[in-house]
Parts: sequence; structure tokens; C-alpha cells
Amino acid sequence: MLNNVDVTAATTAAQSAPPSGGAPVELENLTRRFAATTALDGFTLRIEPAEFVALLGPSGCGKTTALRVLAGFERPDRGRVMVDGVDVSGIPAQHRDMGMVFQSYSLFPNMTARDNVAFGLRLRRQKGPQRRSRAHELLELVGLAEHVSKYPHQLSGGQQQRVALARALAIEPRVLLLDEPLSALDAKVRAELRDQIRELQQRLSITTVFVTHDQEEALSMADRVCVMSRGKSEQIATPSELYSKPATPFVAEFVGVSSRVNVERTGDRVHLFGRDVKIRGEDFRLDLAVMDALLRPEDVDVAVASDGLGVVVHRSFLGATTRLEIGIGGESVKADVMSSAAGEFELGTRVSLSVNAPDVLVTEQRPVR
Amino acid sequence: MASLDLDYTLDSVEPMEPFDRGRRRKIRWGRGIILAAAALYFIIPFYAAMQFSLEDIQGHFSLQPLTELFSQPGFLSATWLSTQLAVVTMVLTMLLMVPTVIYVHLRMPRFRPAMEAITTLPIIIPPIVLIVGVLEASPLWLKSSPYLLALVYVVLAMPFVYRSLDAGLGALDVKTLVEASRSLGSNWFSTIVRVLVPNLRSALLSASVLTLALVFGEFTMASLDNWTTIPVWIAFAPTVNPRINTLVAMIFLLVTVVVLMLLVSFDRSQSRRTRSN
Repeated sequence: MLNNVDVTAATTAAQSAPPSGGAPVELENLTRRFAATTALDGFTLRIEPAEFVALLGPSGCGKTTALRVLAGFERPDRGRVMVDGVDVSGIPAQHRDMGMVFQSYSLFPNMTARDNVAFGLRLRRQKGPQRRSRAHELLELVGLAEHVSKYPHQLSGGQQQRVALARALAIEPRVLLLDEPLSALDAKVRAELRDQIRELQQRLSITTVFVTHDQEEALSMADRVCVMSRGKSEQIATPSELYSKPATPFVAEFVGVSSRVNVERTGDRVHLFGRDVKIRGEDFRLDLAVMDALLRPEDVDVAVASDGLGVVVHRSFLGATTRLEIGIGGESVKADVMSSAAGEFELGTRVSLSVNAPDVLVTEQRPVR
Repeated sequence: MASLDLDYTLDSVEPMEPFDRGRRRKIRWGRGIILAAAALYFIIPFYAAMQFSLEDIQGHFSLQPLTELFSQPGFLSATWLSTQLAVVTMVLTMLLMVPTVIYVHLRMPRFRPAMEAITTLPIIIPPIVLIVGVLEASPLWLKSSPYLLALVYVVLAMPFVYRSLDAGLGALDVKTLVEASRSLGSNWFSTIVRVLVPNLRSALLSASVLTLALVFGEFTMASLDNWTTIPVWIAFAPTVNPRINTLVAMIFLLVTVVVLMLLVSFDRSQSRRTRSN
């Protein structure tokens, strides 16, 4: 487990480490099919040098396939991969100079932490003392200087992933690929390692692609997040833009929490909780009279009202805020209130709702099951 | 890393009732009886053979047959031939099977049941059928070489070696290890030699011992191919003392057991070394 001493050592070592720089990456119109399944369907993404991009999406959306195509473990059926302006689509994985950290602990069980880190350097024919010194330096960078002689089975999950990170960085890769490296770790270690990865990435200025299905990880670590669905990119934006201005209903529902409320449309407005609210973006052009509005919990105001149409059916304490689930006309709306004021919203309390956002995102009605 | 489900473990530990205690004791006794019966099944013939070999006519223990052994005509050449065949077979089998099993695990996992069936064939097909076919199909230069036997033994060893390596690879996350190795710049050969083979040590050792035992014990093919290996020598040796033949069989059995024990202790010491580090 990462402790304070480790973090300090890691930070000090990181400060002294030379920046490795990063290469721009372009994934152009990638298509990859597996039998009847289309994993990537014309996927396109441009990543700037030293940028940290997260590929976020549900299982089967194609994010891991995109990473594997970039790494050279899969060949695209169509499209190409450009690194530093050079088409690397036909280059095998071992010649791409990309460091990769895997979801499962991928350390070589027969080698110590130092030998694992030195493995790539050995293949590059670095001399023994130089290799060992560099491996030690990198293990210091990730806060594991005291564990150089340990074998993988003697290290915790978090330590193993940090050795894997040091091993990937040892070869001074042009691009660092992270395939859900935190998903097998417990919550505390995950949060610590998350910060450490981000810090190292920024210090070393290395182009990084991070695959995850955990939106919290993606939003907290990445410069930009690419939300994927069915092999395509739904939206590529900064975390704040993704949350506040989702481009599609899929993004709105996948990132953060949203409630669907059935509404009637009049021109570019919808009638919601007794007042007209503007439709966000171009979606008012949808040729529909009835649609669903997507509301964030913080976009909804709640007030106790004996003649209110909503009833509190569930409440969850989240720390500073409490999330209320309000049943209204057969639908369920989530709303956040300050925990200090949540006492008045007991289960069964009648409430009135209003929208405090200037506009709302709309989508087609959810099909009736 | 898999976490221990403590709740489950604690819940499942309940105070032992007298009935459970009695049942456990019965199970322990049952296990002991089965183990003793199995041990006797192997030890009695071995003891009988040793007694037959090392007792003289008066029933006294004597090492005389052992001293006579090395002067028996053809014994040393048969031993040398069997040893050569064992080494060549082991090397060929590993060179053929290690990349094949890795390839099947990585690229054709769906083919594993078919592989299991195919590698069972050498057990199903009688050795006499196999060797007659091979002798019929082989060119003369190969037929006149003892290494034709090694090639056939590779086929015979396949069921044991395949299963041993398959189990060894099944215990590793081969795909991730290979991809990690390749992403660091390693080619296939280097990945197999530096990453996979060291982690298949136990599987390779057990496969080697099985191959050794098979070659030292195979009679039908060697005799039909007219090569005097140890089993053939035991059966047809022009010795006047049948005790020597039995003694040779026992010695080779012991050699195989000793090799097995040495390999197991080597494997354990390697594991201990990595743990103590």
C-alpha cells in the first residue's frame, strides 16, 4: 500500500527525472470487426503531445480494442494509426515504443521488481550497471526503492501496478497506454495510485491513453475524455464540458447521474414542472411533440409543499449533499439537497419541483417495455 | 489480488459437534487405509523383485549380481543408447511442444479440446501398429538410425507432455505476459525463452521425467526396430543369471525415481529461493 513516505520519495524522484516528452497520436477512421461484432466503427481520435486522454464507455463499447489497435496487438480492418506523423499501422507491437500497463498484474513472476523494470532496457542492450541503476531510479520514482529485490508475489496489488508503471516508463515510450490499471485495486489504493499516475504523467510530459469504465477516474485524471459507444466516439471534451454540456443523450446518461422526465414540446421549449424551459443545443429540431428531458440532480430544486405533486420515495446520504428520489406522475426524479437541510425531506413528504438550469437536454422517449 | 472473504470464512467455522468429530476420525482412518493399500500395491512387487535379485540360493543377501552387472555383454551399450534416446526425445519433445502449446493457448484456445483428443491418439493406437507403419514409411537412411526411435518416442510422449504444459500454462495469464513482454520490445523467441519457459519450470520438469520414464521403459518399438535398448536387453540378454535382468529393471526404476526426486527438490529449492528473497 502506498504510504506517505512512498509518495514523498516518488515526488522527489519525479522532480529529478528527465522529461521524456510525448508524441502526437492520431487514430483515423478505425474499424475492427470480430465475427459478427463490430468493436470499432470508424473511430477517430486525435491526441496532442503530452496530453492525457481517457477512453470511457460501457463494456463492449470498443475502448479496449482501440487501445489494443494503438498498441499493435490488434490490426484494424480499416483506418490507420499515426504516431508522430508516421503511419504505424503495420508495425508490430514490439517496435512501436509504447509502454503499457495492464488491468491484471502483468509482472513476470520469475523476476524481481528490479529485473521486471530492467527487462525492456535489457532488450535494448543497455549495460548491466547502467540498467540496474535506471531500474532503481524508476522504482524510486514510483516509491518502491525498498522493494527492488522482491518478487511479484511478495508485493501488494498496488505495488505490483506501480512496478508495472515503472517498467512501462523505463523504455522511455513515445506513448503510455493504461488499460484499466486501477480496476483490480481497492478504493484507497486506487485513489492514491490515480494521483500518482497523473502526477508522473504531467512531470514526464508523456502522451497517455487511459482506458476505463469508471467515470470518476476518467473525469479526475484526464485532460480530455472520449466517451465511446458501439465502437464510435460520442463526444471528446474536457471533463467539465462533458459533464455540463453533454453532446448526446448517451453521454448525459453515462456521465454523471441523470433523470428522464417525459415532457411536451412547444417550439424550442419544453413544459417541465409547470414552466417552460429552453431546449439545449439543436435538439429542439427533433420532430417530436413528446420527448424526454434529461436532468442532473443539481439542476432540480425541491421544496416541501403540502399540495406538491412529488413524494420523497428514497434518500441517500452522500456526505455534503443528500440525494432524494422523488416519485412524480409515475416517474422518478433525482435531486440533490444540502445534507444540513435534508432533515425536512422525510420519506413520504410531499414536495414541489422546479428546474434551476437555464436549459435542458432532450432526447427521444425511452421505448415502453 | 483476490481478497479473502472473511465473513464467509468466519460464518462457516462453527463449533464442531461430537458427530462431526467421529466422522472426521473415520475419514482420516479411511484415507490411511487407502494410502497403505496403494503403497503396498507398489512396494510388494518391488520388494519381491529386489529380494529375487539380491538373495543367493541359501537365502542370504548378496551384492554379487550387482558386481556382475557391468561385465554383462551389451549392458553398457544398451544403457548408453537408452540415455541418448531419452535426451534426444526430451529435447525434441520440448522444442516441438512448448511453442505449439503456447500457440494454442494464445491464438487457438478453441482448439484445445481438439488438441487434447489428438494428443490422446498415441495412447489409443497400439505401439506395434505405430512402429510397423513408421518402419514401412521411413526412408532407409532413417530406418538404419536409432534416432528413428527418438522421433517415434516424441509422438508417444506427446500425451504426457501436452497435459503437463497445458496445466502449467493454464496457471499463468499467458496472454497478458506475452503482451507485456512484446510491448517492452521483446520478439516471440525472447518472450518464450525469457518469460514463459522460466515460469513453466515445474511443468517442464514433470514433462521431462515422464518422457525419461517412457523412453527407459519402452520395449515394443525398440525390439521391432531391432535396437537393443535397456528394456530389450533385459528381455533378451544372453545372461546366465536371470537375477541380473531383474536387478537392471529395478535399477532403472530407481534411477527414474531418483531423477524425479532431484528435479522436485531442485524445483522446491528454486521456489524457496524466490520466496526467501
